[in-house]
Amino acid sequence: MAKYLSASEMNKCIGCFTCMNICSIVNKQNHSNTKSAIKVRTRGGMTGRFVAIVCIACDDPACMEACPSGALVKREGGGVLLKPELCIGCHRCEKACIMQAVFWDDDINKPIICRHCGSCARFCPHKCLEMVEAGEK
Amino acid sequence: MINEKFMRILNIDLNTSKIRIDQRTDLMPYLGGVGIASKLLEENMHPELDALHPDQPIVFAIGAGTWVFPVLTKTVAMFRSPLTNELGESYAGGRLAMTMLMAGYDAIVITGKASKPVFVSIKNNDIAFNDARAFWGIDSEPTGQAIRERLEGGGKRSIIRIGPAGENQVAFASVCVDSFRHFGRLGLGAVMGSKNLKAMTVMGDRSIPIHDTKNYFKVYQQIYKKCTTTDMMQKYHDAGTAIGLRSLSVSNSLPTYNLKTTTYEHADDISGEEFARKNLVRKVACTGCPVGCIHIGMYRREFDKGHEYEAISVPYDYELMFALGSYLGIKTTDEIIALIDEVEETGMDAISAGVCLGWATEAVEHGLIDESDTIVPLKFGDTEGYLKAIRYLSKGKNKFYRNLGKGSKHASSIYGGADFAMHYAGNETPGYHTGYASAVGFAVASRHSHLDNGGYQIDQSVKEVNPEDLVSKIFFEEHDRCMVNGLGMCMFARKIYDHQTIIEALNSIGWNLTAQDLEQIGKRILRTKLRIKAKYGFSQKAVRLPKRFFETPTMHGVLDETIVNQMMKLYIAKANDMMCEPDPVLETLAAEQKAAAEKAAAGKPVAKTAAEKAAAKPAADKAAQG
Repeated sequence: MAKYLSASEMNKCIGCFTCMNICSIVNKQNHSNTKSAIKVRTRGGMTGRFVAIVCIACDDPACMEACPSGALVKREGGGVLLKPELCIGCHRCEKACIMQAVFWDDDINKPIICRHCGSCARFCPHKCLEMVEAGEK
Repeated sequence: MINEKFMRILNIDLNTSKIRIDQRTDLMPYLGGVGIASKLLEENMHPELDALHPDQPIVFAIGAGTWVFPVLTKTVAMFRSPLTNELGESYAGGRLAMTMLMAGYDAIVITGKASKPVFVSIKNNDIAFNDARAFWGIDSEPTGQAIRERLEGGGKRSIIRIGPAGENQVAFASVCVDSFRHFGRLGLGAVMGSKNLKAMTVMGDRSIPIHDTKNYFKVYQQIYKKCTTTDMMQKYHDAGTAIGLRSLSVSNSLPTYNLKTTTYEHADDISGEEFARKNLVRKVACTGCPVGCIHIGMYRREFDKGHEYEAISVPYDYELMFALGSYLGIKTTDEIIALIDEVEETGMDAISAGVCLGWATEAVEHGLIDESDTIVPLKFGDTEGYLKAIRYLSKGKNKFYRNLGKGSKHASSIYGGADFAMHYAGNETPGYHTGYASAVGFAVASRHSHLDNGGYQIDQSVKEVNPEDLVSKIFFEEHDRCMVNGLGMCMFARKIYDHQTIIEALNSIGWNLTAQDLEQIGKRILRTKLRIKAKYGFSQKAVRLPKRFFETPTMHGVLDETIVNQMMKLYIAKANDMMCEPDPVLETLAAEQKAAAEKAAAGKPVAKTAAEKAAAKPAADKAAQG
């Protein structure tokens, strides 16, 4: 059964940003955390609690619906996969996501779409992130 | 700069609000971090001018492996210290190092003085000089909040700022980095204050492609595993550095009551265990560190009658618990948190502030000063008095506090009590009176700080005192830590990054280094630092330690001054030998630069156009620097 990424235990987060580093390394071969499909932020500055902004693996994805060129296709287990050769860089998916979890890669002018590979969860030192079976929401 | 064979330096002139970018190939032998910062300080320093003169530079630098490997989280700041009047070097974690990498600057050199208070915001594609007049006089945290709300870019920006103590040029004023970390020691806050520089923000979003992902990621994973699955760093996350307080007290090493004693009858009440039980609410990490040693303690303060409460939360660590705890005879964790909060908000180094107040308290006991000087009663254990005194100190409330704000060495030279003003060459003592290696280590350390050579750890690792062996260990740590500080490493990861690991890590991101190179880099950096100290007029031979260091017992008994002096002499001899060692790498570089400059000069027609002159200038500058 396909799994998806769940940032369910962010109360344990220490804000090390390792997840962002790993995502950029694994998926973009880049050191820049702007390339990451997961973003850890604080609510209310450094003293606020940490939250992870990342694809929540919708069953009925608004980003896919908004895509005019069919570059986003449904992923088994939730969320979408990007077919970059079909993407025209219109930013509609970015605007459609109410979780604000579609980020942008300015170098190639295409969205950064989480493919739920689980690399970030594997390297999370405090198990804030985990891969869960689809249907266990 | 990662992936490149040069260092990229951002020069900021606050006099003119102009910037200049330098790409320096000749800085590569210095690795990064403290290496390039030392060289840049040496090039920009003015030994003839006061530490707080506008022309004096501040240099910030990140390491060769910042962010790209775990726990390489530190930014170094170098300057002339207003506290010791010589080498100023201080480290902070937080997000600053990562943001400098993302913005594309290995180092930032700030000179001049803004005509009005400013905060400088730095990006990879813009620098802005923003009005900060309204922030002047405002505490550290509200300043950070106001800037945070004004600027975009949450999560990938860093905000550093000073409090009132920095503005008022207290010689040990600190700089707060992203709420929980600090450039604590030696007074960087005062230097920023002297430049009308209230705050600095850094953010960046440049792309940094990885050249050899397979090799790099293999090394990354090995290091990550060591950080997270071994016990090498576990204690720093668990109860943190705080856990050491109790055992230091038991072993006669915890500076207490202005170092009248090294064992504290209330150690259990302010121990790391007690903080964890009563106050610990959260742990956080510097960006890029999977360990997370920052412990946040909270206490509930009643600010008015009728059940009026507020929650005060601060980061706590061993050093703060000693300086604002046992050193002042404070008996509860809540009171220590209140004192930490006050030094946080006013923006002072907790160690120097605590140790200065310890001296002042004893000076009152001896009748050297009285309440007409201190305004409030200063008594060991009296938190209320100390809270007010910290505020007065930060504001330079009267002549006494202005004198105390120049450090315990200065204050005791005026009021007396030099025998119990506990400083090493002007820098207030860290929280370790462990034995010969700590005393000698702090005295000879290039910035007189415990992390320069870790003398306190050496004391804890040896059973018997062998002066020559101790000095060899101190000397090795002193130059080796210069190299690891060039990497940008947090000292808590010292065990993770052995030399082989460092070589594998750096070589996987484009360096080509051997074990011999690492040793040479460390010594090259230390030589630079010692040259700077000499130019500032520092003489190791002239250092005299206050009498009390030889009266209060350590874990190795009461220190014998003759042995300490013998060890200092041994160290000076070793350092002098090192200064004379040849440096083939720099010699080759200088020869290459000379040849290039001669070739350039020979190939150019005599009459130059203005454009040609401008184009030729960087090369000429470089030759001059070599």
